[in-house]
Amino acid sequence: MNEASALYPALPELILAGGAMVLLMIGAFGGERATSPMLSYAIALLVVAGLAIAAMPDERVALFNGSFVVDGFAKFLKILAVLGSIGTLWMSGDFLADPDRRKFEYSVLILLATAGMFVLISAGDLIALYLGFELMSLSLYVVAAFDRDNVQSTEAGLKYFVLGALSSGMLLYGASLIYGFTGTVKFAGIAQEAANGGIGLIIGLVLLFAGLCFKVSAVPFHMWTPDVYQGAPTPITAFFASAPKVAAIAAFVRVSFSAFPAIAAQWQQIIIFVAIASMALGAFAAIGQRNIKRLMAYSSIGHMGYALIGLAAATGEGVQGVLVYMAIYVAMTLGTFACIVSMRRNDKPFEEITDLSGLARTNPAQAFVLSMLLFSLAGIPPLAGFFAKFYVFLAAVKAGLFTLAVLGVLASVVGAYYYLLIVKIMYFDEPAPAFDPMGNALRSIVAVTGLFVILFFAYPGPLVEAAAVAAKSLF
Amino acid sequence: MLALLWLTPALPLLGFVILFATAGRLPASAVAAVGVGSVGLSAVIALIITASFLTTPPEGDFYRQVLWRWIAIGSFNPEVAFRLDPLSLVMMLVITFVGFLIHLYSSEFMAGDEGYSRFFASMNLFVAAMLILVLADDLLLLYAGWEGVGLCSYLLIGFWYRDPANGAAARKAFIVTRIGDTAMVVGLILLFTRLGTLAIPELMERAPQAWPAGSATATAAAALLLGGALGKSAQIPLQTWLPDAMAGPTPVSALIHAATMVTAGVYLIARTHVLFELAPAIQLAVAAIGAATLLLAAFSALNQHDFKRILAYSTISQIGYMFLALGAGAWTAAIFHFMTHAFFKALLFLAAGAVMMCIGDEHDIFRMGGLWRRLPLAFASFLIGAASLAALPLVTAGFYSKDMILWGAWTSGRGGPALWAAGLIGALVTAIYIFRAVFVVFFGEMQIAARSRYGWRIAVPLGVLSVLALGGGFVETPAALGHVEAFSRLLEAVLPTQREVAAAPATQATVMAIASFAALAGVFIAYLVYLRRVRAATILDTSAVQRLHRFWLAGWGFDWLYDRVLVRPFLWFAQLNRDDAVDAVYDGVAFSSRVSHAYLSRTQTGRVRWYAGWLVAGSLAAIAIAVFA
Repeated sequence: MNEASALYPALPELILAGGAMVLLMIGAFGGERATSPMLSYAIALLVVAGLAIAAMPDERVALFNGSFVVDGFAKFLKILAVLGSIGTLWMSGDFLADPDRRKFEYSVLILLATAGMFVLISAGDLIALYLGFELMSLSLYVVAAFDRDNVQSTEAGLKYFVLGALSSGMLLYGASLIYGFTGTVKFAGIAQEAANGGIGLIIGLVLLFAGLCFKVSAVPFHMWTPDVYQGAPTPITAFFASAPKVAAIAAFVRVSFSAFPAIAAQWQQIIIFVAIASMALGAFAAIGQRNIKRLMAYSSIGHMGYALIGLAAATGEGVQGVLVYMAIYVAMTLGTFACIVSMRRNDKPFEEITDLSGLARTNPAQAFVLSMLLFSLAGIPPLAGFFAKFYVFLAAVKAGLFTLAVLGVLASVVGAYYYLLIVKIMYFDEPAPAFDPMGNALRSIVAVTGLFVILFFAYPGPLVEAAAVAAKSLF
Repeated sequence: MLALLWLTPALPLLGFVILFATAGRLPASAVAAVGVGSVGLSAVIALIITASFLTTPPEGDFYRQVLWRWIAIGSFNPEVAFRLDPLSLVMMLVITFVGFLIHLYSSEFMAGDEGYSRFFASMNLFVAAMLILVLADDLLLLYAGWEGVGLCSYLLIGFWYRDPANGAAARKAFIVTRIGDTAMVVGLILLFTRLGTLAIPELMERAPQAWPAGSATATAAAALLLGGALGKSAQIPLQTWLPDAMAGPTPVSALIHAATMVTAGVYLIARTHVLFELAPAIQLAVAAIGAATLLLAAFSALNQHDFKRILAYSTISQIGYMFLALGAGAWTAAIFHFMTHAFFKALLFLAAGAVMMCIGDEHDIFRMGGLWRRLPLAFASFLIGAASLAALPLVTAGFYSKDMILWGAWTSGRGGPALWAAGLIGALVTAIYIFRAVFVVFFGEMQIAARSRYGWRIAVPLGVLSVLALGGGFVETPAALGHVEAFSRLLEAVLPTQREVAAAPATQATVMAIASFAALAGVFIAYLVYLRRVRAATILDTSAVQRLHRFWLAGWGFDWLYDRVLVRPFLWFAQLNRDDAVDAVYDGVAFSSRVSHAYLSRTQTGRVRWYAGWLVAGSLAAIAIAVFA
């Protein structure tokens, strides 16, 4: 009994893992018919797990000899990740309704991926980090190729798998180097030894970062992103763009601050380089894209660059900025992808930005919310996206990283171009035929994220303060 | 009960949200219920709060309600908080109550308009923004309301947007007031950087400690805030937008002129009076601008043909009186005049609107005439409003407030008799121009078919406002006439009482008698010239007078001047500058962006081995950075 209650901090992970097994059984016996109810069960499980996380105390609790850590930081990011997963499942209803895709494994895979993210976020040593990383990645490889009769989708899955395997290998190699030079896999232990780790440790750190950068799709480890985003079915692209990014950023931040504070000067340089490269590529490579999913891929590369600015600052305020950024980013991404999912005519998906022509006349409400989301992605005040950027830039300026902040602002100017281009197409071009009416699920996501983005400025307190509390638990 | 305070702005805001979200899909009756009901409920709550405030005054004579912390960035952490003290109480009461009457009137006046729902959405937002403005405890929140008011004025002046002229008027209002707003923003930044807060009570406490009277910073801060006030309150040199703002529906004019918008500047100065007292030069400028504006606008009003433009210039002139009072240090008199002005100006606009509605939307007063028989209610209300505006002695509210201003100007340490003389001439001209309208529109020969067709929703606001325009002044009467001091007693806690120069009661009575005589003389002159058409009036037809008439008709040529000095050179320069170097820089940015896009997209080959190569190259680059940096 006592041992069982000691596992309480890992309850959300247990709920998801156990629930996924149960659902697998239901699916095995229920077959295709179980697909739709299982979607609801999976959402319910995620909600329960989310509530369990919210009920956790803010104090730091370590389990399994320090491999698994639950603190305010983990709470904040797990709730974000779970919201991303819920949002994805919520908008997948129509996608799974198609007879060719009525596969119950979908919900199970999302649940397992989310469980992997939880472990990744809570990882207290390199082993747990790798375990969570792989559980998440393996599930993602499969869902990327979920539409298996579609050539693009299978190509996306295969590419993602090959490159992901390579990056996992690099991460693992980096971890073994770190172990070799410090003699421990515990973050706390590494922190003590890091100061005299020498060049070998730095190489290990870089390789570990390379693996994480691959998952957040930061330049130059981003190459898979546009192809996979475009090829994967849209709800899955929404998933890629939201929850796994949160988990990877969380691991990034936790590793940097709890294992390598001693060599912060070194990793700061890497992060600055990666952040600048991501922002620049996210801005410049996107401006000529015609496919909206590909465009969103570059957009997410750019956004990860902005989020990493907060990490580059290497201060508590910087971490707070990262957390606020990720929260707002998840909301904007889910809302925008819900709009993209709804781009269907006669049950066929359309993905070119010209398909949005004249949306303001065929569906003014959707056009309005989508423009607000795009304005927010571009970082235009007073929408939420502006505050996201504001907090990371502020942290960078306070840390003395003026060049980084200025480059960030410049990149966001270029980035604004392609977001505004979509708004222009929606409002000023000749209307294309209307899309099919939006389902209630999509409508609710668009409405909730739209309201969040528009009204955030009036009452930013709770989110910003929660992020401050979460950031404090790392220091 | 005071805890209900947040509901007063929240209810109209909710009304706006409902009407905006339904976007005209509600039936007209539901729109009216939401639009009028929200402001009505807000007025009821304002009354309850007032009753509670007056019977059991809270400690320190103010009530502060913190809703939430807006934002926290370092030392900058403004709160969303409301402050109820006698000053904001008076403003809130007038805004909600007069606002409600105007809404009720509009529900009938605007019936059948295709933008019925849009109209009430904007009107509700207007009231909500104005309430936020007057209740704000923090200059930042005040500024949010300030901009909200500006936005709503734009939406409502250009309400009938299909006519480009209306759009132009809306843009003009927005741009001209924006000039003032810019000054105000700079002022806010100055206050924050120098005093470290934007919370009004702290500001007013810290300013006298940090700055000696007459210091340069205090003068600059007061001047910048004054800039904002001049824009919103349509005072010289930013008065030109208000006459054109008549392009909106008549109830909008009533709302802008009586309950919201133009009085914001008066409120701002009264609210930050500590700053203005620290800057005597600026306070004198307030008085001088007020005096100049009230004369200028009064002479322009004398020459207008358009019914609504007469009232527009009259508003500019009356706000000028309030500025005069503020500048003279007669703070209470300014707020008192704000209140009575809200009553009689709303009444005048609504009565004028009712008249024009019944004669097929004719605006030219010289095509009307003899209407009193056909439209007795509109006539009676307009006459009462006009009497109050002209400050006819004893029976009208306008008399008591204007008298208080004139007495304040007379006894003020600054300007003294000169300010008083300006106010007195203004009073004479005011009586002439408004009774010119009364005589031309309602007497003389019938020239136009009129059909009385207004229902109770128009009649009731007219009746209630008539009562207020007559009786609203008895809360404050001069020493010679009963000496009621309820209003100034109430405001004592927030606004300093005027340093009175010792003056015998006899002097006060004499001054009052002169002002009364001026008002009566004005009415008599209007009667002689416009109704009896005495022979001497032919002098008006001489060419010199005609030229002066045209000059005044055009509002002293300010529009012409601004067009030549500012607008045209700006446009000319913009044209000239079309393909300038700056443009070339941006074209260059666009070009190089396109080129870099072309190169970057070429890296995206789709080949997995190429991608894997990038991973490795990237790792090597990162190692190099980490090792050598």
